[in-house]
Amino acid sequence: MKVIRLFTAASTLALSAGLTQAADTAGWSYKDIADALHAVMESDRTVYTRLIVNRLQNEEKVIKASEHWKDDKALVLPAQMFRFGAEMVAEKDAGFTYSLLSEWPINKQNAAKTDVEKAGLSEIAKTGKPFYKEETLGGKKFFTAVYPDKAVAKACISCHNDHKDTPRRDFKMGEVMGGVVLRLPMK
Amino acid sequence: MSATTSRNRLLWLTWTVLSALSAGLLWFGLQAGTEAPGPMNVVRTAFLPGQTSHGHHQIELACSTCHGSEAFTAADVMQDACTQCHGAELKNVDDSHPRSKFTDPRNAERAARLDAAHCVTCHVEHKPDITHAMGVTLPTDFCVICHQDVADDRPSHAGLGFDTCASSGCHNFHDNRALYGDFLVKHAGKPDLLDTREVLPRDWKTVLEELYESYPIDRFPLQALTEPDAPAGKGSAQVHDEVNKDWLATSHAKAGVNCSGCHEVAPAAGQPAMWADRPDHTVCATCHKPEVNTFLAGRHGMRLAAGMPAMTPAEAMIPMKADAPHDGIGCTTCHGAHRFDTAHAATDGCLACHADEHSKAFGASPHAALAAKEASGALPAGSAVTCATCHMPRIEHRTDDVRRTLVQHNQNDTLRPSDKMLRPVCMRCHSLQFSIDALADAGLVARNFRGKPSLHVESIDWALKDAARAEAERQAAKTGNPDGQP
Repeated sequence: MKVIRLFTAASTLALSAGLTQAADTAGWSYKDIADALHAVMESDRTVYTRLIVNRLQNEEKVIKASEHWKDDKALVLPAQMFRFGAEMVAEKDAGFTYSLLSEWPINKQNAAKTDVEKAGLSEIAKTGKPFYKEETLGGKKFFTAVYPDKAVAKACISCHNDHKDTPRRDFKMGEVMGGVVLRLPMK
Repeated sequence: MSATTSRNRLLWLTWTVLSALSAGLLWFGLQAGTEAPGPMNVVRTAFLPGQTSHGHHQIELACSTCHGSEAFTAADVMQDACTQCHGAELKNVDDSHPRSKFTDPRNAERAARLDAAHCVTCHVEHKPDITHAMGVTLPTDFCVICHQDVADDRPSHAGLGFDTCASSGCHNFHDNRALYGDFLVKHAGKPDLLDTREVLPRDWKTVLEELYESYPIDRFPLQALTEPDAPAGKGSAQVHDEVNKDWLATSHAKAGVNCSGCHEVAPAAGQPAMWADRPDHTVCATCHKPEVNTFLAGRHGMRLAAGMPAMTPAEAMIPMKADAPHDGIGCTTCHGAHRFDTAHAATDGCLACHADEHSKAFGASPHAALAAKEASGALPAGSAVTCATCHMPRIEHRTDDVRRTLVQHNQNDTLRPSDKMLRPVCMRCHSLQFSIDALADAGLVARNFRGKPSLHVESIDWALKDAARAEAERQAAKTGNPDGQP
C-alpha cells in the first residue's frame, strides 16, 4: 500500500509538471516524462520483489506469494502489485496509462495487441533497451514507451516457469520477460 | 361570422389553458419529491419509457436516483449513479471486467465494439422486451464480441455456443470468485455433504468493545438492566407488562439498552431528543450501522435509500401472500419490536410474506428438517438452516478496527447470479461440485433442494484436465522432454 502511495505521489508530481501540455514549457519532453514515471514504477516494484517477496518467500520462507493472495492469505505477486497500481491510476483518470505485457503472457489478455506493442516487445527482447513510438488509438494520439522488464529475482522466473498457463518455461535470471508499456496522451 | 370567430377564440383559449395545465402537471410531477406516494407519483409514471427490470422497479419513480437532476441523459451521470449503489460490491468481488479494462487506450478498438466502461451498455433499463437474466439487454452470446478465439487457448471450449458461457454454471461477467480454474481444482473431489458443516458463529458480544466509533459504548455501557425507563402513561398496564417481558428477554436488556435507547430520538441533529412511538431504521443504525446499510442496499430497503416511502409486499414483482402485512418494510417488520427474535426473523419473518414456489417448498425441504433435528438434540447447535442462512447469511466483515461476523441484510449479495451463493453459503456444508450442480438445476431450486441435482456441470472436470496437462508440461520442461511423454 505504501509503495503504491509512493508511486501515485510521484505520478501526481509528474502530472503537475504539465504532462499533457507537453513539456516544452517546463523543459520536459514526452520521453523524459515517460522515463521518469518508469523509473518510479521499476524501482518500487524491484523494492517490493526483492525486499518483500524474494526475502520472505524464497530466503526466509515465512510466507508465500500467491496469485490467489486473498484466498491463500499470501503476499500479492509483484506483477499483481504493479497491475493493481496501474488499475488505481486508471480509476483516478490520472491522464496516462501503463501495463505489463509480454510475448509470453500467462494471461493471454496481456499479449501485444497494437502494432506498436508488437514492434516494441519484439525490439526490447532483442536489444534490452527502451523503445519509443507515437501511435493513434481510438482516434487519439499517444506517445508510447516500451521498457524491457527483466527477471530481477528468483521469484520471477520460478513462478513464470511453473505456472499452468505459461507459454514458456525456460526463463533465466536477467532475461527480458516482457515489457512495461506506458502511454502519454499527446496534444 | 362573429359567432364563429368568438367560438374559435373560446376553443383556442380552452386548448391553451388545458395544454398549459397538462404541461404544468407533468412538470410538477417530475419535480415533486419522492417522499410521499400519491397523485404526483401517478403523474410521474407518464414519464416511464417502459417497465423497469426486477432490479430497479421499486425505485423507478425516483427518476433522479439514476438520471441525476440536470444532465438527464449524460452517460457519466448515469455511470456515477450505477457506481454509487453497485461500485463497492463490484470491487469486493474482484470484478473480472473492471471499467479500467475498457478505458485503457490499448483496448480502444475493443471498447468501440463493446463500451463496457459504462454499465448501461449491457444493462439498459426500461426495455422489458430485450431484458434477459441479470438485467442484461445484449444478445445472450455477447461474450463472442471479445472472446471469439477462446478455443485457441482452451481447446475444450471449441464448438461451444457463446450463449452458454454464463448460462452453463461456468462463468459470470463480473463475479467469478467461486468459478476460476485454480479454485475449481482446489475444491474438486469432495463429498456432497462435507464432514464439517458450520456457519460463522455470532461474535457481536465479544467485539462490542473493539468497535470504537461504530458503537456508542459510552451511551450504552455493557450492563444487564432489570427495570425499564419508559415514561409513565405510555399505553395500558397490560401492554407495559408484555413489552417489559419481551424486552427483558432480549440482548438489548443485557447490553444496557433501555426503552429510551431506541424511543428517545432527536428529530434532527442538534435538537433535543423526543419520545418516538415507532423508531425507524435510522435509530437501529445507531448501533447496527453495517446491518442497516446492507438492508438499505437490498430489495427490502432500497426505496428508503432512494428517499421514497418504504417497500410494501403488495408492490413486489414476485409472488407474495395476499394477507401479507401491508405496512412499509423496516427492521421491525421481520425482527418484531421489543422481542427482536432472530430465530423468528430468519424463517417465519420471510414466510409471512413470500409465497413463491421455492419459499412454499421450504417447510418440506431437507434444510428445514435440520431445525427439528437440532431441537431434538440429534444434531449440534447451529445445524439449523433457515431462509436467512442462505439469503441473509452471516459473513465476515472487516474494518480497520476489527474483523467480525455480520448478517448480510442485502439479499441480492447472494441472490443473482446464484453462483454468488457458492462461497459464503453452499460451500460451508456442501462440496463445490454438488453446489454448482444444485444451483444450475432450476427444478431442484424450485423444490427447495428436495432431491438430488439432475444435471452435472463439467467445469471442475475440465479444470482438472487442464491442471493435468499443465503438470505434464511442467515435468517435461524439467526433464527436457518437450513432448511431455514418459
